[in-house]
Amino acid sequence: MALFSSLSERLNHIFSKMTKHGKLTALEIKEAMREIRVALLEADVNFTVAKNFIAKVSELAVGEDILKSLTPTQQVIKIVRDNLIELMGGENQKLNVSPKPPTIIMMCGLQGSGKTTLCGKLALKLKKEGKKPLLVACDIYRPAAIDQLKVLGKSIQIDVFERGTQNPVKTCKEAIAYAEKFALDTVIIDTAGRLQIDEKLMDELKEIKKAINPTEILLVIDAMIGQEAVAVSKAFNDALDVTGVVLTKIDGDTRGGAALSIRSVIGKPIKFVGVGEKLTDLEPFYPDRMASRILGMGDVLTLIDKAQEAVDEQTAKELERKFKENSFDLNDYIEQVNSLKKMGGLKSVLSMMPGLGGKLKQIEDQIDEKALERNKAIIQSMTPKERGNPDIINGSRRQRIAKGAGVQVSDVNQLIKQFNQSKEMMRMMKNPKAYGGKMAMIRKLMGN
Amino acid sequence: MGIFKKFFDKLKYTFKRTELDADFYDELESILISSDMGVETAMDIMDELRDICKRKLIKDVEHAQIELKQLLIEKLNVRPVEFEYPMIIIVVGVNGVGKTTSIAKITKYFLKKKKNVILAAGDTFRAAATEQLSNWADKLKVKIIKQGEGADSAAVVFDAISSMKAKNNDVLIVDTAGRLHTKTNLMKELEKINNIITREYPEAKKMNLIVLDASIGQNSIAQVKAFKDSVNIDGIILTKLDGTSKGGVVYPIINELHVPIIFTGFGEGVDDLAVFDAENFVNKILM
Repeated sequence: MALFSSLSERLNHIFSKMTKHGKLTALEIKEAMREIRVALLEADVNFTVAKNFIAKVSELAVGEDILKSLTPTQQVIKIVRDNLIELMGGENQKLNVSPKPPTIIMMCGLQGSGKTTLCGKLALKLKKEGKKPLLVACDIYRPAAIDQLKVLGKSIQIDVFERGTQNPVKTCKEAIAYAEKFALDTVIIDTAGRLQIDEKLMDELKEIKKAINPTEILLVIDAMIGQEAVAVSKAFNDALDVTGVVLTKIDGDTRGGAALSIRSVIGKPIKFVGVGEKLTDLEPFYPDRMASRILGMGDVLTLIDKAQEAVDEQTAKELERKFKENSFDLNDYIEQVNSLKKMGGLKSVLSMMPGLGGKLKQIEDQIDEKALERNKAIIQSMTPKERGNPDIINGSRRQRIAKGAGVQVSDVNQLIKQFNQSKEMMRMMKNPKAYGGKMAMIRKLMGN
Repeated sequence: MGIFKKFFDKLKYTFKRTELDADFYDELESILISSDMGVETAMDIMDELRDICKRKLIKDVEHAQIELKQLLIEKLNVRPVEFEYPMIIIVVGVNGVGKTTSIAKITKYFLKKKKNVILAAGDTFRAAATEQLSNWADKLKVKIIKQGEGADSAAVVFDAISSMKAKNNDVLIVDTAGRLHTKTNLMKELEKINNIITREYPEAKKMNLIVLDASIGQNSIAQVKAFKDSVNIDGIILTKLDGTSKGGVVYPIINELHVPIIFTGFGEGVDDLAVFDAENFVNKILM
């Protein structure tokens, strides 16, 4: 299933270009926003929706704190993600169930959006959940539409109620009476596909709604729909006040612009997505997971959230200053270990990193979380003076520290050696030219 | 119809401007992109229009509009398709674009031209697809060759060709199962149908026509590409133009893939089909 994969690819390309800049200028953000807008439009997001989205994200992204932030690109991604989720409607919304059975679910939508197949899929899903659904064939216009529903119903052993080409309002009423009589708790009504500007057929839907007062009115939309998504969903919602949307055929699309456009225009949640041709291919829709998928880096964003919880901005800035002045000391080291722990430990952080893939297991095997704890104990056994200035730690101080921390002197030696190496590396990063080839090698090691 | 009024107002607003300023191009961009032609095509067209206006020293909206229309019409120009008989038309496309209804309409089109038409129910996959086509065949009083649900569609086509030869029919129209272009096994089936026709009736002109739904967005490009990978696509039937959809996505399709639009569909009745007319099409985009 590759819904959003093309959008995802383009956005990641934009973001990786931004990452290379490090700090961002307002101009660079503006350029990125322009590219995001094109990416959205190429993904069939409605012109106006894309415009509003970019206006909103731009406003947030050029704010002072982003420009001054240590990780501006990550902050921008987070803003984009948060707004994508908002655009798609936050959390998954379940089907409404009527307190007094039967629950009545009515489908509506354009021709060819996949209503009849969806009726079958939904009936099967509800049946599996222990419900007793009844399918009602009200598409009296398309030749053989009733046959299609009957064939579907038969294949999943669910009753199909039909009265040929009799007036659909009458058929619906009779179907509900039938459901009540035979204690069927959910009535699923298939209606004919129609254009949103076909007033006569839209009136028919209104009449059905008025006559049977459905618990759910689901607007069925082909995920591949283009700029029309907005006009179509708006018209159906204006006429019927739909309760939710189902996107079909998402297995055939890599864009998914409709998913991004519809919710923001009519304010109704996308409840399900049709993910394949089999009757079992129906899934609940999770806006947050979709947003993560669009950005192709969901776990990194969870990581950002966690980092934000664990490290406050002030501490981060202070740390950056120390990195720059190379005055990073063992107190800071402890601070780092503590933050890492708050974020769920080194392994957990690594698991959220993108691009490690198969290498993750290999790296994980080499990590000794206990070593971090041991190092912390060693540092805590030092005096404040020693922590601030590790160079004064001589042989006798080392022995005292080892005793205090309950480790061998060699462990203390190793920690100090590691610390000095990191400091050396930071100096190289600060001034890469002076170190030339060595720096390139380190970059390579770090995978850049 | 309120929606048409809205477009009309928009048009008036856009072209009420007298100067070709940035706002003019902004609004033009909105109109072009809203037609589903895609950002790239819209930008190209705007660049070309800028060049033309510069070259021809056009400074007012009225003349720019004439140039724009001309430009949009020119871009749709691909060589016209000639019908030759006997002819076998294979109608392909993804689910729900309106294949079966389009077949009924094309049948009517050839019947009006006094051609002898026969249908093959090659969609053996979707529930009741054969019934739907049979209903149309009854209404139009044409012969239909069919087998049961789940039958081999290539076998249906084989039968239909035998019947066509025996009865000396002019046109055979083959319905095929809707398939998402991402499903390779179903695409193989189309290749098989094409091979059978080439083998069994090489004298007949064979045409694969793809049905595209005007309300679908950039995905239509991917659809044509994918079908083109399997079989030669000779033309497009663009359906559902009776709504407010513009179908601008055919611009990148014509530009990149050189597949011409042959018919347009604009309703559910058998007569709601027309031979493609570039000027009408462009008028609707600019409406």
